[in-house]
Amino acid sequence: MIEVNELTKRYGTKTAVDGLTFTVKPGIVTGFLGPNGAGKSTTMRMILGLDRPTSGTATVNGRPYAEHSAPLKQAGALLDAKAVHTGRSAYHHLLAMAATTGIPKSRVEEVIDIVGLHEVAKKRAGGFSLGMGQRLGIASALLGDPEVLILDEPTNGLDPEGVLWIRNLMRDLAARGRTVFVSSHLMSEMALTAEHLVVVGKGRLIADVSVGEFIEQASHDSVVVRSPRSVELHDLIAGPGVTVLSVERGAFEVSGMSAADVGERAAAAGIPLHELSVRKPSLEEAFMELTKDAVEYHATNSPELATAGKAA
Amino acid sequence: MSTVALRYPTLKVTQARVMKSEWIKFWSLRSTVITLAVSVAVFIGIGLLAASMIGSGDTNGPGADLSSPVDASLAGVGLAQLAFGTLGVLFMAGEYSTGMIRSSLAAVPRRLPVLWAKIAVFSAVVFVIALVAAAIAFTGGQAIAGDAGASWSDPGVARAVIGSAFVLTGSGVLGIGLGALLRSTPAAISTVFGVMFLLSGIAQLLLPDSWSSALQYFPSNAAGSITAVTTSDGTLGPWAGLTVFAGYLVAVVAAAAWRLRHSDA
Repeated sequence: MIEVNELTKRYGTKTAVDGLTFTVKPGIVTGFLGPNGAGKSTTMRMILGLDRPTSGTATVNGRPYAEHSAPLKQAGALLDAKAVHTGRSAYHHLLAMAATTGIPKSRVEEVIDIVGLHEVAKKRAGGFSLGMGQRLGIASALLGDPEVLILDEPTNGLDPEGVLWIRNLMRDLAARGRTVFVSSHLMSEMALTAEHLVVVGKGRLIADVSVGEFIEQASHDSVVVRSPRSVELHDLIAGPGVTVLSVERGAFEVSGMSAADVGERAAAAGIPLHELSVRKPSLEEAFMELTKDAVEYHATNSPELATAGKAA
Repeated sequence: MSTVALRYPTLKVTQARVMKSEWIKFWSLRSTVITLAVSVAVFIGIGLLAASMIGSGDTNGPGADLSSPVDASLAGVGLAQLAFGTLGVLFMAGEYSTGMIRSSLAAVPRRLPVLWAKIAVFSAVVFVIALVAAAIAFTGGQAIAGDAGASWSDPGVARAVIGSAFVLTGSGVLGIGLGALLRSTPAAISTVFGVMFLLSGIAQLLLPDSWSSALQYFPSNAAGSITAVTTSDGTLGPWAGLTVFAGYLVAVVAAAAWRLRHSDA
């Protein structure tokens, strides 16, 4: 269980995390979703006591992480695959971490096998690929067989087989009653893995909902209509609360009116329809819709180009 | 997956365990072991070279201005200080430059035990090795000097030999402290170099004569008093030098501890 209460982190005048409050429950995978720069990593570092909050609190299993007598048993974290001395072997890295808490050598060998690094465990970690580094980070997270797992973008740099492996690992840990808190900037990835979502943008909480609810909340179905007499049809359905967007010649997208209503009005006026379909937005679109006001870095159309286009 | 918590009910972070972890870290890096070997070689090598020059009339080289065979055999302390200081910097600042510090502090989020363990393990290992090296340099140096050589029972000799090991260990601890304070290997190494080599020279050039008595309190000069067999004018006695040198170490380590405790990792 992770409890975050009014957590705030400011760097000078810039607020990275702004009054976040949420709870991560055991037994499910909770996705921590937000665009790049939304404050996800900073929040995770504050939960682990690596960064000091400007105000607010974060607890792991009821206490600040640093106050546990065996922190690695309470929470294991993958914050950054590069949190390893490049000159040391994977085996010695894990052995040194394990030694702090009295975790035996046999457990070190066990986690090396779990993440599949057996072949390269005695090699310098500096020569590892991103995927191997990620697996080593996961091995360190699992070292104390912790109640809580905090994983920052764990699928970064993994091949499809690795992505599947980590997805199954997270689900398996959750099924054993562990708390699994995993960050991502990819909604599609979270929809496959997480049951619950904490969505942030610009350091603020945007949503704290189940995956199903999130999709429902964020997405509005629209109707695509195609007709040879589209102009007449347009006049027929346009009205307050209804938006009609032209898609191409003879086709438009209607939101705010059901497909059945569109079909009935057309039939009543005797207008033939060549297409009448319901369009469900993708998860990625739903996510972007929800976070569009909170995106830190986004591409904008160059104003000069736009003006030049008009002039021509 | 097995349940570690049930199999090992005694999981707990203790200072002794953090020291064991630092012991593993120290010996599992090729760079630390190589730097240690080079430091020892520099220390003994310069000492033997200087001892061989005693009475040769040569006006260049490490033994040129030394008349005492003890001082000559320990002439490598100066350069070895920089080497051991570098070792201390690598041991600490290497964690920041590679990102290892985040793993270390996630395992020991109370943080300070990591610094204490690093200093304790480093000091124990380096003091023993530096003491053996100093004994080799002294014994070898006296053998080279032949009849002119000093013996262990001569006044101040044992103190100078043990003092060298102390100064070398202290330089390493200074490196650890500066590494934790500055969090950058190049910055910390330059600072060690500046403090141990340049500072007193620059001060000597810039300070007016009436201030010259302040020079003896500079870190490098205080360290020099510990390893000198005889106290010359304008330098501190060995025990005063030891106290001053230890005072600098305490100050740097205290500042390092404060930063480790209060800054984001």
